[in-house]
Amino acid sequence: MENVYDILSEWGLPLTVSQLIVMLAVATAILIFTAVSVMFMVWWERKISAHIQVRFGPMRVGGWHGWAQSIADGLKLLLKEDIIPAGADRLVFALAPMVVFAASLAAFVIIPFGPGLIAGDLNIGVLFYISISSLTVVGIIMAGWSSNNKYSVLGAIRSAAQAVSYEVPLVLSVIGVIMTVGSMSMTRIVEAQEGMWFVVPQLLGFLIYLTAAIAECNRTPFDIPEAESELVAGFHVEYSGMRFAIFFLAEYANMFVVSAIATTLFLGGWHGPLLPGWLWFLLKTYFIIFVMMWLRWTLARLRVDQLMNLGWKFLLPLALLNMGVTGLILVLKDS
Amino acid sequence: MNTHETEIAERTRETMEEMYVNMGPQHPSTHGVLRLMLKLDGEVVTEIIPYVGYLHRCHEKIGENRILTQIIPYTDRLDYLASMYNNWGFVLTVERHLGITVPERAEYMRVILGELQRIASHLIWLGTFGLDLGNFTIFLYCFREREMILDLFESVCGQRLNYAFYRIGGMPLDLPDSFVSNCKAFLEWFKPRLPEYDALMSDNIIFQKRVQGLGILDPKTAINYAISGPVLRGSGIKWDLRRNDPYSIYDRFEFDIPVGTSGDVWDRYMVRRIEMEESVKIVEQALQGLPSGDIIAKMPKKLKPPVGDIYTRVETPRGELGFYMVFDGSEKPYRYKVRSPTFVNLSVLPVIGTGYLVADLVAILGSIDIVLGEVDR
Repeated sequence: MENVYDILSEWGLPLTVSQLIVMLAVATAILIFTAVSVMFMVWWERKISAHIQVRFGPMRVGGWHGWAQSIADGLKLLLKEDIIPAGADRLVFALAPMVVFAASLAAFVIIPFGPGLIAGDLNIGVLFYISISSLTVVGIIMAGWSSNNKYSVLGAIRSAAQAVSYEVPLVLSVIGVIMTVGSMSMTRIVEAQEGMWFVVPQLLGFLIYLTAAIAECNRTPFDIPEAESELVAGFHVEYSGMRFAIFFLAEYANMFVVSAIATTLFLGGWHGPLLPGWLWFLLKTYFIIFVMMWLRWTLARLRVDQLMNLGWKFLLPLALLNMGVTGLILVLKDS
Repeated sequence: MNTHETEIAERTRETMEEMYVNMGPQHPSTHGVLRLMLKLDGEVVTEIIPYVGYLHRCHEKIGENRILTQIIPYTDRLDYLASMYNNWGFVLTVERHLGITVPERAEYMRVILGELQRIASHLIWLGTFGLDLGNFTIFLYCFREREMILDLFESVCGQRLNYAFYRIGGMPLDLPDSFVSNCKAFLEWFKPRLPEYDALMSDNIIFQKRVQGLGILDPKTAINYAISGPVLRGSGIKWDLRRNDPYSIYDRFEFDIPVGTSGDVWDRYMVRRIEMEESVKIVEQALQGLPSGDIIAKMPKKLKPPVGDIYTRVETPRGELGFYMVFDGSEKPYRYKVRSPTFVNLSVLPVIGTGYLVADLVAILGSIDIVLGEVDR
């Protein structure tokens, strides 16, 4: 990174300008990675669901196993007419998908893809992720409210309730790891897992995190905000074309982020034999994504009250217990 | 309420606490074009008003303007997921009125096709019920098996959905040579699939928690509303027309009639789930005893139904399907009335559906198993 600044200052650029250039380059790289990765994930999910359901999935577009299907779908959505319902609050309606997408994109900043391969190694990395991920729900409420549709409002209300309930166990499940490392920096956390992945001592925390993360992403069995058979499509009922595509993009980007965070915090990040670090990181992340897809196509949906009960009466006490036990062990170790 | 709220309430018939939501006629889980007006308090359903009639096509009036053999294809479109059984109900009514005895082989064919149709119909129900609860995978599994049954039907009559295959007095075509072996192969393949469905649905704790104790229909209400079919048996009443009002040759076969205990969604689910096994048993026995011989009785060129009226009922996959016909001496029925099971069963929805969440209402509606083609004739 320093080398880049040196070269740029040799060209006679002031530091602020060169910083801006680097920022732009990194942001573009993240954006491209997100887009490509989401396209792959959409195609992959269609393939996985198809094979679970004894069918083939996309087979034609692009030749080999329909690899270009997502690209074709994306193009189609881009070319669609942009429809805003007559009764909608136009400004909020247009803003909502951007808020959702920006929130999930911002979380990419603190993901350590490999040693040094991190956009910004903040010393409050985990805290940053937790706060930025709560922003998504603001966008969803905006979408639900501005659509002026009762189904959308119901979806948005459900989403708000769900996000608030599952944020708490999510945060508490992560605290065990932070206590053990003594730092919130993502790089430090990965480096601390050199010898042993945190999934071993923090198994309970990992399971709580995974459950809460699936709920965060609104995926089955927790896809209550967009429950198709009840609310048609929940908060994005009125969205079509590119705006819908952005919601879709955000959902999958979100899925990648929570899986990447799980990999970083519990599965040792880039650590692994033989293969390069970034490849290990991606392999582990995609494995967690696969588990999430697997669950989605196997399980039925929970009901709203069951979801709340699970979050508050089961996950929260467990997370607290996990935190307490971790603290106790740390204190005993020190003394 | 202040003046503004009163104004809104007057204009929209809504208070600030409760709102009306229109579920359907275009909605993924109303199984067709049913429209439910829901009054919601938050997410709790406080009032349900079903509106039917979006698929009305004057079935009965058309029937009164057709000679008897011409009505058979129209009955296909009643319950389009169990066309064979609708045909059967209609031809049985006419045969009883005319006093025709159907040849042995034709009766066996009717039972085999009818019970296969029952399995196919329950498979569709199981799949869509899974969809209602957010389980997509079971849907595709069920369609895989249904496809095989449709292949069997296609080999018999060339059609896959609307067969128009039963004739007054028997059957028009004999079974193809390969049918018996193909059917046996299908049954062998199908039997191990049922535990597979259990693994996805019945054994799943999320599914159990979702449907148990939901939408309880007590036996008294069920009888008062004239409920029939699996919904009635789910409430614990052992009433199956194949046993209680035998028609055709059902008295020759060994089969159980599953009943529920508490009358909740789970019981209705289990009744249908076990009925598939029982249907498999019936088909196996019928294939065993399939005699050779004529497939259609000797019929006059022109049917002249005697003056009088008749009501006959059969147990379709969804309940008691009744045909009432009045004849005035002409070739056409003077009055033709269809008693459709799902229309009657649907009428109990406001009773068992209120007070639950929207998600539960979807499950309860799914457990009643309606087909709109039959609700609106």
